[in-house]
Amino acid sequence: MTRSVSDHDTDYKTTNTEESRHALEPGTPAPNFTLHTTPDQTVSLTSFRGQPVILAFYPADWSPVCGDEVTLLNEVLPEFRRYNAELLGISVDGVWCHLAFARDRKLKFPLLADFEPKGAVARRFGVYRRHEGVSERALFILDETGTVHWSYVSPIGINPGADGILNALESLPRQANASGNNAPADTART
Amino acid sequence: MAKLAVPVNAQDHIRGNANAPLTLLEYGDYQCPYCGAAYPIVEQVRQHFGDRLRFVFRHFPLTQVHPAAESAAEAAEAAGAQGKFWEMHDMLFTHQYALDDVHLAKYAAVIGLDVGRFKLDLASHAYAEQVREYFLSGVRSGVNGTPTFFINSERHDGSYDLPTLTAALQSALARGGLSVS
Repeated sequence: MTRSVSDHDTDYKTTNTEESRHALEPGTPAPNFTLHTTPDQTVSLTSFRGQPVILAFYPADWSPVCGDEVTLLNEVLPEFRRYNAELLGISVDGVWCHLAFARDRKLKFPLLADFEPKGAVARRFGVYRRHEGVSERALFILDETGTVHWSYVSPIGINPGADGILNALESLPRQANASGNNAPADTART
Repeated sequence: MAKLAVPVNAQDHIRGNANAPLTLLEYGDYQCPYCGAAYPIVEQVRQHFGDRLRFVFRHFPLTQVHPAAESAAEAAEAAGAQGKFWEMHDMLFTHQYALDDVHLAKYAAVIGLDVGRFKLDLASHAYAEQVREYFLSGVRSGVNGTPTFFINSERHDGSYDLPTLTAALQSALARGGLSVS
């Protein structure tokens, strides 16, 4: 579950484009972005400087199984918050779709709409599947300075689970102000 | 291949021959329809393998999408504290459509629990921590939905229809036999 991104390169050669064979590697500063999470709210990556960020790219809302990735991440959210980490879901779906999906799954973390220009953020992180027009199922853990600490691209049909995320958060250098901070972070940053 | 992070231990609920050479472990949610569909398959697999198989069930309630899953899991643990985990497990999977507190108490009465103690345990969430421990052990093991099966501590990523699950178990049994000889 914790194979590095490069282990997966060969899995995708037949279907992937150049853009999705170069997921940002550990040590790379993550490009900043600002995306809508609701029709009138945006989220900027820079707002989360000083705390770890989990970026969960996924292909589309409304996966037909009940144990899907966002549902699982939602359940594990209290564990992520023990590391003072903020979880952001990102797909190319629009804000209204995200709103309905988040309400249906009772999600307690923001979904970001990488909608216009379509997939622009996924492309910058190297996880866009041009032929399908969706992002990979990819996870990035950013440290408190906004640098990629760990990344993982899952085979697109396989929910990667959350064990890799927890292991990566554990391996982050301890933050001076993070221990014992269980307070949910404000997700409505504009 | 994801591996079971917490090996089968004394706290686990084990059905069948505790010393069987083959272990089928399920992380499941009593309100999940897919787990409900898997329940009779697991029963058939248990019948097929008999004493060669032990079955272990661990809780993995997806509480945001299945609002009754947490109390159902705690109900199974409360029944387990009275020595009747599997009786409650069977009741829950055969009555997935009615998992509210009133029905849980009825099931407790049907299987012969001390209902007063059972209700107290549910009201005080006496087993919430234990259920959370199971859930976290599943997260650490790479559980990525419900049900997730492990065969002899390796995650079974294939389908869990009867022929596929039986074949996977049979092949694990054969591998186990080879490694022993």
